[in-house]
Amino acid sequence: MSFHIKEQDKKYDVCIVGSGAGGGMAAKILSEAGLSVAVLEAGGDFDPAKEEYRTQLRWPYESPRRGANTQRAFGDFDAAWGGWEIDGEPYTRAEGTQFDWFRSRMLGGRTNHWGRISLRFGPLDFKRKDVDGLGENWPISYDDVKPYYDKVDQLIGIFGTKEGIYNEPDGFFLPPPKPRLHELFVKKGAAQAKVPVIPSRLSILTRKINTERGVCFFCAQCNRACQVYADFSSSTCLVKPAMQKGKVELYTHAMVREVITNDQGLATGVVYIDKKDLNEYRIGAKVVVLAASACETARIMLNSKSKQHPDGLSNSSGVVGRYLHDSTGTDRMGILPELIDRPRYNEDGVGGLHVYSPWWLDNKKLDFPRGYHLEYWGGMGMPSYGFGFGMDTMRKYITDELGKPTANGGYGAGLKNDVRRIYGSTVGMSGRGESIPQYDNYCAIDPDTVDKYGIPVLKFHYKWTDHEVKQSKHMHDTFEEILTGMGAIILGTKPGPETQYGLAAPGRIIHEVGTTRMGDDPKTSVLNKYAQAHECKNVFVVDGGSFVSQADKNPTWTILALSWRTSEYIINQLKSQNI
Amino acid sequence: MDRRENIKVLLTGTVATGFLLSSGCKPDADTTTTDIELKGYGRVPQEILHDKKISNETFFSDKEKKMVTILVDIIIPKDEKSGSATEAGVPDFIEFMMKDYPKFQTPMRGGLMWLENFSLASYDKSFVDITHEQRIALIDQIAYPDTASVEMKNGVKFFNLIRNLTCTGFFTSEMGINDLGYVGNRPNQWNGVPDDVLKKFGLEYDQRTLETCLKIEDQHKIAKWDAEGNLIG
Repeated sequence: MSFHIKEQDKKYDVCIVGSGAGGGMAAKILSEAGLSVAVLEAGGDFDPAKEEYRTQLRWPYESPRRGANTQRAFGDFDAAWGGWEIDGEPYTRAEGTQFDWFRSRMLGGRTNHWGRISLRFGPLDFKRKDVDGLGENWPISYDDVKPYYDKVDQLIGIFGTKEGIYNEPDGFFLPPPKPRLHELFVKKGAAQAKVPVIPSRLSILTRKINTERGVCFFCAQCNRACQVYADFSSSTCLVKPAMQKGKVELYTHAMVREVITNDQGLATGVVYIDKKDLNEYRIGAKVVVLAASACETARIMLNSKSKQHPDGLSNSSGVVGRYLHDSTGTDRMGILPELIDRPRYNEDGVGGLHVYSPWWLDNKKLDFPRGYHLEYWGGMGMPSYGFGFGMDTMRKYITDELGKPTANGGYGAGLKNDVRRIYGSTVGMSGRGESIPQYDNYCAIDPDTVDKYGIPVLKFHYKWTDHEVKQSKHMHDTFEEILTGMGAIILGTKPGPETQYGLAAPGRIIHEVGTTRMGDDPKTSVLNKYAQAHECKNVFVVDGGSFVSQADKNPTWTILALSWRTSEYIINQLKSQNI
Repeated sequence: MDRRENIKVLLTGTVATGFLLSSGCKPDADTTTTDIELKGYGRVPQEILHDKKISNETFFSDKEKKMVTILVDIIIPKDEKSGSATEAGVPDFIEFMMKDYPKFQTPMRGGLMWLENFSLASYDKSFVDITHEQRIALIDQIAYPDTASVEMKNGVKFFNLIRNLTCTGFFTSEMGINDLGYVGNRPNQWNGVPDDVLKKFGLEYDQRTLETCLKIEDQHKIAKWDAEGNLIG
C-alpha cells in the first residue's frame, strides 16, 4: 500500500487469515498438497495440553470468583480468549439496531470453546428459496458438499446415530453416549409433545479415530478445551498437525488490516499489524484465503480499497457485509420435583447434550418460515458460580416430609439442606433456529471509529423481522409443552411481545454468517460457488461469510466441509495455472 | 479400580498424559483467595494483572467485614454434615466479588448500612453488638420475601443478595462440593445412569439405545467405517 510498510522477507504460496475452523482446514489441505502456507492469527498461541493454558479439570475454588463470568463471557474456565467486548477492539451499532459480535483472539478461534454440535446441512437447507420463496438458494446443493462432510466426519470424528431423516443427513458416526437421567425425562416429555428426540451429534471422540488424539474421559468440559484432544478444535486437530507435517508457518498477534492488490486488481498479499510491536508488516502470497470470521473477513475486504477495488475488495456489487445473519435463540427452564433429593453419582458425561431434537414440523402449517432444533441441559454438573442463587424464588418448590412447601428465602440449617436437595433437579432447553437473511441487515465500515491498531471498525445494522419473532414465540410454546410433559414446574414467566418473545439479540448465538455470500450472479453475491471472489480470482473466503443461508443447524461442520472443497479447488486452479 | 490406575487406562496412548498422571484429579488448592498470585488457572497476562490488582485492594471496612461474617454464618451454619460459611472461606470470596463486579458494591454497602440502621432503631445498638436472638429477630423480618412487609423491601433485597453470594460461595468451595456429593470433574467412564437409579425412577434404556450407544470397552479400538458410514470396527 505505501512506503512505510516493512517488507517481510517471507513469501508464500498461500496466506490464510484466521486459524478457526475454515482457516485450519485450509492450512491442512493446502499444506498437504505441498504448498507453503502462512497462517495469520490475530490472537495468541494456544494449546490446551499445555499446563499454562489449562482450565480443564479445575475446581471452582481454584478461581477467586469461583468461575463467574465477570472476566470471560462464559466464565473463568471457558477456553475463549475474547468475548463480545474486547479492550481496544470496538465496534459500533446503528441507532435502533442490535448486534453483539463475539471474537476469540487465539489460535483455533472460537472452535476452542464451542458446543461441538456438528450438524450437516440437509438437501432442503441449500435450497430454501425453492421451499418458501424467501431469501436465496445456494449455488450448490447437498450433493456437492456431501463427499466433504463424509471426509470431515472421518478426519475429525463425530458421534451420532443413523436416523434416516431426509433433511438431517446421516454421516460416519462414532457411537453416542447413553442419555443422562434428565435426558430420559426429556424424552418422556417430548414424546407427549410429539417432538422427536435423538442422540446428539457432537464432534467428541467417544472412540479413538487415530493414534494422535485421545478419547473422551467424560468430564463434560469441552468448552474448556481438551488436553487429550478428544474434542475438535482447529488448533489441535488441524493447525498444529499441519505445522508438524507441512510447510506451514504461524504468525500470532497478527491483526490483518487489508489485502493488497496489484495493477491488475489481483491480490499480492496482506498487510498486518503486529499487536506486540505495533508495526506494520506485509506477507506476500500467490493466493489469499480469508478465514477471519464472517464479519472480520468483511471488514478486511471493505478496508482493502484500491484503484481497482474502490469500494473494497471484490465489492462493486456492494454486497460485502450484507445479508449478515445469526441463528435465532431463546431458552426456558424448569424444576423437576421428581429429581429433588436425587441419588448422587458421576453424571458429567461428554461436554454438552447427549440428546437433541432436530426440526420436526412443516412450516406450511405454521405462521413463520424455517425451523429450529432443541438443545437440552440439566443434571448434576459441577457447581460453579451461580449455583445456590435463587432460593428466594425457588425454595417453595421443595416440600417437607408432610408435603408442605417451604417458604421462599430463609436462612440456616434448613436452607443449607434445601440447597443440597435441589441440586441436580433443574432442567432447561434452548431453541436454535434459522433466520431469513436480509439485505438490510449488514455490517459496514464506521467512518468515525478506528480500533487501537488504527484500523477502521465495523458498524452493525441489524433488526430481527417478524419471521424470527414468531419463531421464538413458537419455541416458547414448545418448551412449555415439553416441560409440562416431563412433569417439570416451569420457572420464570413466559416472555411476551415486549421482549420479542425472549429472542436473543443478533450475535448472541454466535452463528453469524452470510457477509460475503456465494452465488452465480456477481451483482448479488461476492463469491462464486467455490468461494472464490468474483472480482479477484486469487482471493477465497473459507469462513461463514460464504453462507447463503444458515439453516437451523450450527455452522461449523459446513464451514469445515466447504473449506476443504475450496482448498481442493485452489490446488487444482494453481496446477492448471488459472490463478 | 484405583483412580490413578483408572486414569492410566483411560489415557493410555494419548498425546498429553503428562499432567493428568502427575497431578491426579484433585488439585490440592486451598479455598482462600489470598495467595492467588501463586496459582495459575489458565489465565492470560491481563487477567493475572486484574486478579493481582483487585486482590491488593480492600473493599469492606473492619466493621462491614464483621457484619458479613456474622451474616454468612447465620445463612449457612455448621451442621452435622459440614462446616460453616466462614469455615469455607465465604467472606473472602464475597470481598473479592465486590471488587471483581463493582455493581455489587452499592447494594452490598448500602444494604449493610440499612441493616445497621435497622439495628440501631430497634435496639439502639450496632448489629455487631446485639445478641444472636436479637439478630435473628431482625433477619426474620427480611429473610422471607413473600411475606415480608413493604417497609422491609430494601432489607429483603439486601438479604437476597447476601444469601445468593453465601450459598454459591459455600457450595463452590471444596467443603461445599464435598457436602453436596458432586463426584465428577475427574476422568470417568460414562456408561449410562446406574441401574438402581433407573429402577428408582421407573425408567430404562430402550433396546435401540443399548444397541447404538457406546460400549465402554470399545473406546480404545480405532473406529472403522464401510463406504456407507456404518461402523464396522
